[in-house]
Amino acid sequence: MPPALDAVAALKGRWAGVTDRKSLDHPAINVPASGLLAVLKSLKDEHAFDMLTDLSGVDWGVGAKPRFTVVYHVFSTSGHDYVRVAADCADDLAPELPSAAGLWPGANWHEREAFDMFGIRFAGHPDLRRILMWDGYPHFPLRKDFPLAGIETELPDAEIAAETKVGLIAAPMMGGPFVAPAGEINMTEAEPRAKDQSWTERRPKPGA
Amino acid sequence: MVSASSELTYNSKIEGDVVVSRADAVINWIRTSSMWPMPMGLACCAIELMAVGASRFDIARFGAEVMRFSPKQADVMIVAGTVTYKMASAVRRIYDQMAEPKWVIAMGACASTGGMYRSYAVLQGVDRILPVDVYVSGCPPRPEALLDALIKLQEKVRREPSASKLLSA
Repeated sequence: MPPALDAVAALKGRWAGVTDRKSLDHPAINVPASGLLAVLKSLKDEHAFDMLTDLSGVDWGVGAKPRFTVVYHVFSTSGHDYVRVAADCADDLAPELPSAAGLWPGANWHEREAFDMFGIRFAGHPDLRRILMWDGYPHFPLRKDFPLAGIETELPDAEIAAETKVGLIAAPMMGGPFVAPAGEINMTEAEPRAKDQSWTERRPKPGA
Repeated sequence: MVSASSELTYNSKIEGDVVVSRADAVINWIRTSSMWPMPMGLACCAIELMAVGASRFDIARFGAEVMRFSPKQADVMIVAGTVTYKMASAVRRIYDQMAEPKWVIAMGACASTGGMYRSYAVLQGVDRILPVDVYVSGCPPRPEALLDALIKLQEKVRREPSASKLLSA
């Protein structure tokens, strides 16, 4: 049996909360937030999944239950196999999961990014600051209720903001998003362009 | 007492070594011939900027090969790349530290307008925080386009009333 299937079977036998997750490629499991660290630790120490290749956040949309999920992809450098682990956040308003930075140091920056973009807090993280946006930015840009164009905000540096009288603006999205048409066409027509001119920043999208 | 053999008469020692010109022309000639760029390389445009500095395109032909990473020694800031809001304050601060006279070239679509990054994180044109002299189109622009921008900037500087500005300052 491949090491990934082996590991998944062992984990399901050991923890009742661990269930199969629909997957088209690698074996995947759902894990409750409370048992997450124990499952990850077992994957790393007992099943030799010694490398965390990715950690990403998912926002399923406003009103979805659960709203936030964190997905871990772990790889075994000896068994050459992946396992995908998904954990739902219990609280939709203040999503929180235990930090995996103590198991794989590589989780540190991934968790900071998930926190920066989705506002998912990781308990026990050694240095949970924003990593892409600046400290003090008030929004979580990859959440579904954050508009594509952005929200007007202050510049990060108050001195420069006072000097230039410039703040963050909602980016002009007239007719956007901008897409390249599919199919066989010549290079001039293949330029990405606004496909839907019926709405602008001032005129809301019809039917939206 | 003024001697008869004054300096106003023909003097073979200085003949040919004196050129009469206007102060503007002299000052502007000095300024245009040695514009030291501050390479504000923020994204892929910086790669083209490096090509401009290297031997194939050779910005030294126009007297601007002295890339200075200290704003105190630079004359023209070449903003090459995407300016995020997080970086915008640093760009403005570096511009403030440059000594007068100073100029700005916005290189490429991102620096000029935000380019394809119409997003919450990107400044929609560096001219929102800096006075830009020359905009260069392209994504990224060809090295020739940046050289053309430098020539355009030099033409612009040649038309400046530099002497009267210096006196009134």
